[in-house]
Formats: sequence, structure tokens, C-alpha cells
Amino acid sequence: MSHKEEPVMEHAELELAALRAAPITPKIRMRIPPQDMPAQNPSARRENMQEVALGYSPAQAMLEAERCLQCKNAPCIAGCPVRVDIPGFIGKIKDGDFLGAAKVIKKTNLLPSICGRVCPQESQCQAPCTVGKALKGVERAVQIGRLERFVADYERTNGAVEVPHVAPITGKKVAIVGAGPAGLTCAVDVRREGHDVTIFEAFHKPGGVMVYGIPEFRLPKVLVQSEAEVLESMGVDFELNFLVGRTRPLTSLIEQDGYAAVFVGTGAGLPKFMEIPGENYVGVFSANEYLTRANLLKAYMKGKAGTPIYPSRRVAVLGGGNVAMDSARMALRLGAEEVRVLYRRTREEMPARAEEVEHAIEEGIIFDFLKSPTRVLGDEKGRVAALEVLSYELGEPDDSGRRRPVPIRGSEQMLPYDTVIVAIGNESNPLISQTTPRLQVDRHGHIIVDERQKTSIERVYAGGDIVLGAATVILAMGEGRKAAQAINEILQ
Amino acid sequence: MHGTHTILSKTRLSEEVYRIEVLAPLVAQQRKAGQFVIVMYDEDYSERIPLTIADADPAKGSVTLIFQTVGASTHKLALKEPGDAIVLLGPLGNPTHIERFGWAVCVGGGIGLAPLYPIVKALKEAGNRVTVISGARTKDLLIMQDELAAIADEHIVVTDDGSFGRKALVTEPLKELCSMTPKPDIAVTIGPPIMMKFCAATTKPFGVKTLASLNTIMIDGTGMCGGCRVSIGGKTKFVCVDGPEFDAHLVDWDGMLMRLGTYKEMEKEAHDRCHLEMQIEKLETQGDSAPPAAQESSK
Repeated sequence: MSHKEEPVMEHAELELAALRAAPITPKIRMRIPPQDMPAQNPSARRENMQEVALGYSPAQAMLEAERCLQCKNAPCIAGCPVRVDIPGFIGKIKDGDFLGAAKVIKKTNLLPSICGRVCPQESQCQAPCTVGKALKGVERAVQIGRLERFVADYERTNGAVEVPHVAPITGKKVAIVGAGPAGLTCAVDVRREGHDVTIFEAFHKPGGVMVYGIPEFRLPKVLVQSEAEVLESMGVDFELNFLVGRTRPLTSLIEQDGYAAVFVGTGAGLPKFMEIPGENYVGVFSANEYLTRANLLKAYMKGKAGTPIYPSRRVAVLGGGNVAMDSARMALRLGAEEVRVLYRRTREEMPARAEEVEHAIEEGIIFDFLKSPTRVLGDEKGRVAALEVLSYELGEPDDSGRRRPVPIRGSEQMLPYDTVIVAIGNESNPLISQTTPRLQVDRHGHIIVDERQKTSIERVYAGGDIVLGAATVILAMGEGRKAAQAINEILQ
Repeated sequence: MHGTHTILSKTRLSEEVYRIEVLAPLVAQQRKAGQFVIVMYDEDYSERIPLTIADADPAKGSVTLIFQTVGASTHKLALKEPGDAIVLLGPLGNPTHIERFGWAVCVGGGIGLAPLYPIVKALKEAGNRVTVISGARTKDLLIMQDELAAIADEHIVVTDDGSFGRKALVTEPLKELCSMTPKPDIAVTIGPPIMMKFCAATTKPFGVKTLASLNTIMIDGTGMCGGCRVSIGGKTKFVCVDGPEFDAHLVDWDGMLMRLGTYKEMEKEAHDRCHLEMQIEKLETQGDSAPPAAQESSK
């Protein structure tokens, strides 16, 4: 990437030089402001699918790295689900050793270019950061996610991505079900030990939610593809268009096909609806459907892609998570005139990443807080015409500690919309459990595992959203890694 | 990366109907009557097209698919030749519940005759007396006739225009069969949604249990998108994981027909554009250059 002409970069270089002219005390470090990440102009980017955030320049990254106090107790590491040595890699950035920094991260996280972009850092590594705490604001913490992303991008664009070392072949076979974050991570760690690894994926491209769900403008697909290529160079085999449970029963993989262990990482994948009247009208979509059409099936390439996308003018997105943000911003890019996010609580309670909410607001997405629909109204052709929306106020805190939204009686309003995208989460996909009778699941359909990710069936492990319910990419990766350790042990 | 499947043979059954045989040994081995697959004509820009499996040969490792070129995507699929690779995922959905019911009436309309065939075969093998009603708009669109005639105990053929068999809609002989004593023990219907809707309305007064195989809009076919949802007895069900067969008397047919029309205008536009492109291609292969105006509009 070349942002060298950008004035902000020159500024960072000058600032860095000035800073380094004298010894840097912790007090001085704390005075360096958090470095903003350059982004595409909001009015330009709402017309294109290219990545919104552009990433730090080397000088910006080094300046940001100087903000890190290198705390002995490193509270940030405890905040990371895969325990990346954060002060370690930031120290390398400070020295200008970007490839060394990449090596530190990759000891525990093989997908930093993805995590740097999609992890909710403000509630993980950046939450306990000493700098943020001292400056009384998590947004002023060291920008660990942006630094991680910088390092990963630097490594890739400089052609320095190393294929992890693979031990001599053991001849033992392991099957991974699902090529999402959990499955890919598990595959790498099992393959490192020299076992034969085959990943079975139902879709025609690997990546799971990273290719069907998260849009191009937030996570370029070429990144996911290059990660999958690293796995291929390690000798991991991909069987695409293969639905374990239907194409082949899970138990046959062990009993007949010679797999010594199986990891199930099939994701959440059964969309929840509101269960309000009118939800089957034409123009009501699950976020999964809307985003899969737009991302995986490239419906935004009108005329070229075979998959159509609904022509929308006024869109209501229901929900307050990252998927809701992705859907809203995608609808805008696909030509909607007005996109509103309806959320039952307020901005403080929204589970979406802070950066995504900010980007959405900049792009012109309108947020209707303390609102939730009660029914969908259709026209004579059965197409969405309006939403009946109820207003809420915040009451007493509930079990989760968040203030409970209480409906305001008689506050129903009828608002015109032609499209409704439901982004209120997923239930677990019943396919594997339906076709694998001995596999124990809880009442939500999540696979029950022990502390080593082992299921009720010997040699079958599971992790990610199929165990956790809808969670995050990084938590899924953490589970894939834990399962890999357990699998590697039983195969010793 | 593996995962594409080779087309072994292609036969044009009529103006708009094609039969392809695809090498997919695991699918051929695993599939049961009533299940479907999703195919894509390429891995980059294709729509995901759900097609019911017409037949399979586990020994040869092949599945047979029969489809009608109703839009741009099926046209592009029809352009594939033996030796070409396509994406194929399956078998999807729940198999038809097969048991010895007694007397079964199987009603197939148009392209629906293809997926009806394995069900007729399975019902027959389970020891049922099977009456088949084959219907189509016109003689050319009647498919699988030899195969069905060979196994059915009775075979009634109707066409809308009277070009073959009785000039009638399928509901006419269906009603006659339902009026008999004893009446049929079960009816199965596969075909255009409107035909299935009227079959359900025909058998309902007689209390003949009726199964319909639904083919709704679908993306992944694994339960992930919910695009295929349909109201069954007031409850929302997913055709891909809860179906594709449902009690025809409980299906909200009007709701389903409405949802099937979601992309109608866009599909028509794509279909027209596809025909234009095919015409241009034809002209180009004939050595003529396409007229500039047509090239412009193909973009």
C-alpha cells in the first residue's frame, strides 16, 4: 500500500522524528494521541464495495506503537482470546521490525489480517489497556487491532508470508467439518503435527462467515483466499460442496473412511426471525440471506452475477450487532435511499464494534434507538409496505446488568418501508445433530462439549458458533485451537 | 481444492427440457427419493439452482437431473457439455416417507414428472398400487413417459391443449380417482405451485392425505438463509431442512406463490439479456460481428 503522498503520513513521520529526538518517558508516551486510521471518504465509499479502512502507514504504526507502555503484567494479553503476545509484537513495531512483529503474532494467531479487521478489540485486548484506563476512555487505549492489521498487511504485501512448518507425516487422518474461522484454525494446528487434514465445506468457497457474511468493504475476500492458500501450501485438503451429514454421514468418516478424529465447526447458521405478523411478506430477509446474496454470490455485480438482490429504497434493519451494521451498509451500497437501524436499546448497549457504528453513521445510516417492530404490513401484491414500530424506554437493569427496555404503551407508529432485514442472531443449524443421532446437543441445539472440546461421541470434537451460539471470529478460532490440541494429544 | 463434478452426458428432451447425468458417486450412493441437489454452472458468478434428483446409478456413481430452461441461470446450465465441470451439493432435504400405504396416486406436472419418478419407483418397491397422472401444457413437455408407464399400475396422461392423452387438467382425473370406493390412501403431487395448490384443493374434500414437494427460492439449501421459508399450518418452516415435502393441505399456497414472485421482474430482465447474449454468441460463431447496438446492451 502506498499512502506516502497523504499529508497525514508525512505528519506522522515528522512527529515520530520529533518524538525520538529525546528520551521518551511514560508521561510523554501518554501524551501521544491515538493514531486515526485513514479511511475512504464516506460519500465516496457508500458508492463502492472497496475496503473502508485503509490501514496505517509505517510511521503511523511506529508512532502508535510508541504509545504502548510495555506493562510488565500485560493486561491486554489476558483480554485476547488466543493470548497474542501484544507487548512483544508492539515492541517489534517500535523497532521497525515489522516482519518480526508478524512472527510474534503468528505464534498464537494464524489469521492476523482477519482478526485485526473484525475482532471487537474495544471489549477484548484494548479494554484492560493501561493507557486507556489512565486516559479514562477505552477509545484512547493503544490501538492494538490497527497495529495487528498493519503488521499482517505489511507481511502479505511484501510477499513475506511464511508457510507454517509441518512435522513429518504421521499417516493419521483428521476431518474438519466447515471451513470457517474455527475449522481453519483447527486445521492449521493439526496439520502442523504432520497429520493428514481434510476440510469439508458445504459452500463452493472456503471461509465460512468470512466469505458469506462479512462484506468485502470490511474484510476483502482476497485476504480470506490468501489465508486458505497458506493452508493449501501446508498440504491441507479442501473438499468443497460437501455437506457432512448429507453427502456423507459424520460417523462414516470415522467408521469407514479412516479418519482418526473429526472436528465440527459448522457455525450458527439458522436465522432467527422476530415472530411477528407479516414476516413472510416479500421484502423481508434474514441478514444471512441478504448478505450471502450480496457477498458470496456477488449480487452487487449486476449483469454479471446470476443471483438477484431485491431492489430497495427504504430499508429497516432490525438488530444492533455487527451483522446489522453490515446489512445496513450493504443496503446503502446497493442503492437504497434511506437505511434505518431499529434497535430496542440504546447506542451504549449495542454489541457492534464501535468502529463499525461510527462508519455506519458517517455513511448516513440512521439509528432509531429504543424501537422495535410489532408487525409488517404488505401491499396487495404481498410486498412490504410498512412497519408498525413500538417505542421503548429503559427500565431497571436485567440479569445481564443492562437496563431492560420497557415498551411505551400506545406509542405504535406506522412507518413506510419496502425492505426489512432481520439481524437479530442465529440459532444453531440442526443438520449435523439431526443426521448424527448420538451427538448430544443442548436445548438450543448447540453441541455439548467438555473442557477439551470433545463431544458425546469418541473422537468427535466441536467448536465455534455451533458450540457457543453466535459469537465472534476470534472466539471460534480459540475453540478451534483448543480442539486441535486435544486432537493432537489423542493422535500421539 | 476439490468439489466440482463432471457432466457425463446431456440429452435435450424437448425444446426447453434437458437431462444431464453428473458424476457424483457419494451423492448417487446416499440419495433417496424426494431429495434434491443445488447446482451452479460456475464457481464465480452462478446462482445456486436447486434441482430435484430424477434418478441415480450408484454403480456408475452418477445422478440424473432434469431441468427446464426457465431463466438465465438454467439457460447457462444447459450450455454445459459432457466433460464440463459444475458445482453440485447434495443430497439435500428429507427423503420422502415411503411405506406400504395401499393405493397411491402420484400426480406430476411438466418438469415435476422428473422428481416424481423416483418416488413412484420407491412406492412401487414398497408394495403399493401406484396410479400415475402425468400432465403438461402440451405433448412436447411430457417427459419420463416410458419410465413411468413401465412401473405404474395405471397411467393417466393429460395435456392442457389435448395434443396428447386427455384434454384436461390433472385435477380432473385426480377428482375421479378420489371419488372411487375405496378412495386412494395417499396422493403425492409435484409440479408447478399453482397445480399443486389445486391438487390439494381437489383431494381435501375427500380426506385423501396429500404430500407436495415444494421448490421455493433458496440460497444455501442447508438452513442458513431462510429464503425458502413457507407457512405450514400457521408455522414457519424451511423447505430445505424441514421439507421439501409437506402436507399439501397445510401449505399456505398463496403465501408461497407470492414469495416465489420476489425477483420476477429482475429474473425476466436477466432472461431477456441472456437470450440476447446467446443470439450474439450465435452470430459471432457464424463469423459475423454482432451489431454494435446489441453489444452495447449486453454489458
